[in-house]
Amino acid sequence: MLKIENLHAGIEGKKILKGINLEIKAGEVHVIMGPNGSGKSTLASVLAGRENYEVTEGSVEYMGKELLDMSPEDRAREGVFLAFQYPVEIPGLSTTNFMKTAVNEIRKYHGQEPLDAVAFLRMMKEKMALVNIDQSLLSRPLNEGFSGGEKKRNEIFQMAMLQPKLAIMDETDSGLDIDAIRIVSDSVNKLHNKDNAVLLVTHYQRLLDYIIPDFVHVMYNGRIVKSGPKELALELEEKGYDFIKNEIDVAEEA
Amino acid sequence: MNDVVLSNIEKTVLSDYKYGFVTNIRADEAPMGLNEDIVRFISAKKNEPQWMLEWRLKAFRQWLKMEEPVWANVKFPPINYQDIIYYSAPKQRPSLNSVDDIDPELKRTFDKLGISLDEQKRISGVAVDVVVDSVSIATTFKEQLSKLGIIFCSISEAIQKHPDLVKKYMGSVVPATDNYFAALNSAVFSDGSFCFIPKGVRSPMELSTYFRINAENTGQFERTLIVAEEGSYVSYLEGCTAPMRDENQLHAAVVELVAHEKAEIKYSTVQNWYPGDKEGKGGIYNFVTKRGICLGDHSKISWTQVETGSAITWKYPSVILKGNHSIGEFYSVAVTNNHQQADTGTKMTHIGKNTKSRIVSKGISAGVSNNSYRGLVHINKNASNSRNFSQCDSLLLGDKCGAHTFPYIEVKNNSSIVEHEATTSKIGEDQVFYCNQRGIDTETAVALIINGFAKEVMNQLPMEFAVEAQKLLAISLEGSVG
Repeated sequence: MLKIENLHAGIEGKKILKGINLEIKAGEVHVIMGPNGSGKSTLASVLAGRENYEVTEGSVEYMGKELLDMSPEDRAREGVFLAFQYPVEIPGLSTTNFMKTAVNEIRKYHGQEPLDAVAFLRMMKEKMALVNIDQSLLSRPLNEGFSGGEKKRNEIFQMAMLQPKLAIMDETDSGLDIDAIRIVSDSVNKLHNKDNAVLLVTHYQRLLDYIIPDFVHVMYNGRIVKSGPKELALELEEKGYDFIKNEIDVAEEA
Repeated sequence: MNDVVLSNIEKTVLSDYKYGFVTNIRADEAPMGLNEDIVRFISAKKNEPQWMLEWRLKAFRQWLKMEEPVWANVKFPPINYQDIIYYSAPKQRPSLNSVDDIDPELKRTFDKLGISLDEQKRISGVAVDVVVDSVSIATTFKEQLSKLGIIFCSISEAIQKHPDLVKKYMGSVVPATDNYFAALNSAVFSDGSFCFIPKGVRSPMELSTYFRINAENTGQFERTLIVAEEGSYVSYLEGCTAPMRDENQLHAAVVELVAHEKAEIKYSTVQNWYPGDKEGKGGIYNFVTKRGICLGDHSKISWTQVETGSAITWKYPSVILKGNHSIGEFYSVAVTNNHQQADTGTKMTHIGKNTKSRIVSKGISAGVSNNSYRGLVHINKNASNSRNFSQCDSLLLGDKCGAHTFPYIEVKNNSSIVEHEATTSKIGEDQVFYCNQRGIDTETAVALIINGFAKEVMNQLPMEFAVEAQKLLAISLEGSVG
């Protein structure tokens, strides 16, 4: 589904990603962990197409196409979803309106008729139940005055609505208490199936108590320095990131 | 990167003016310039009674002694008042028996503007008075309204047929010498709408006036007067467009509203005069005096305006809250881009006890435009327990435009409460990217963001107008759930 090769990217002349290689197949859950400043969120942003990042080298093949040549909206329409670390607020625009626009824009791209109000509301009801979110939240202006937890749950609701092929979740667990983490993880597990894939970006291992990854990657200084099965996350938890840092620094000095 | 997104945002707002065509109809015009003879000429053209001419002349003599106001936050070269034609009427048969008698060329004009003058074809019940240049050319649904005792006609007709009402109310809210532009209007006003709702009657349809400046070098000086008797209700809409011309054209209107006890007047405007081109050439100078008085207890006046046009807008729809427990409201969206300048706001004067006012102003600036909110909340000594709430928000698109807020608050008693909130924000790249990431292109994203920003005001508009207004703001509501 996704094949990242030798990806280099940065912002304002500062190099952040220094040769990322990663392959994700349909049905898989991948986790990228790493200390602050290692480039995890940059990778998520570059994949989603945030324009202030500049790609200097490498390629990203997504469903047989070059992802980096596509506009951010076309990436979304092709099924790339980013659950934002800091979802933005849009005053006066309800989540419901926002989602109806998004769903119909995506349908239009695929040559489908827009959903009418009835069909759309039916879809909303179904997804609301799936991710356990309250109607009242969705009638309010998008993310305005939402608590951290409400914002993240709104992201998951949007993910349920848009049914992406590749869901990239940027630190979705940050700022959440343990109950909220459980609800969010539960929803992600429900949405995950053999035809889609999830890329989780996280700083902590605790999310992995609820979402079981197929692969864990450790990012450090703009590169994936270690990959392994889910047990790698536990090892990190136990030893901290320092052991990776030491390993790498020693290797680089050698 | 900044530039890319902003230029996309700007493109969205800078869509071209669609109403800039000129209709070739023969016009009957006054000679250029202004003096007492012109005032007499206009009055004679309209076959006015002596008292009306006297009223005009008095206003004109006062105007000569007055000076153009300079306090507004707008800049423009001096206006030569002798370079303007003060009266221009489309030539047509002298009297119209029905809408069918209208010049077909004019009818086509209104079809282009999306306004049907054909009563049978109208699905929704909106009665329209159409004013082109200096005269009213048609009023629809007149008969149906008159059965309820509602008078809805051009002001010229009202002067002829209802002189007592006109004498009693004209100038009672905006005196002929109120300000420079009101005095000018009082001297040379040529037409406008008159509307009278008798005691206890709720107007069954929206009343509406559509203004169009067509002729070259002309100014438009219309006057609207709405009187709502005890316990009556009316919702009134006003729309306006003009051709694209290189020179600036002057529009100096006066609108007066009178609400008696328990009466309610809702006045909505979608102002789309030609704003000038992208270099700031041409466009309408929109210098308008709008004021309503809540004369009786428990009366209510509500102004809603969507201001997207004009090179310069200078306009403060106000309410004098004289009756006890009366309510004044002002809801405004003002959009400026390119070289447009807007200095707009309101004045709420609390005189009666327990009076309430609410001000919601949303300014959107783009290009190199300047958008100012100017408002005065004045609470008299005797207006005990009065309340005001003001909210002034500004949204900036790009970094070359300006937003300014000038709120003035005067409270003369200590039982009243005044609240003022103000915010300034920019359409953020983050907001646009968030929408992009959900499959929404930049143009639609900007429309969603602007729409959200202006929502509180748009919600106040009657349905028919809300649609037009949303289009004007380059907002597609395709994505809304009803």
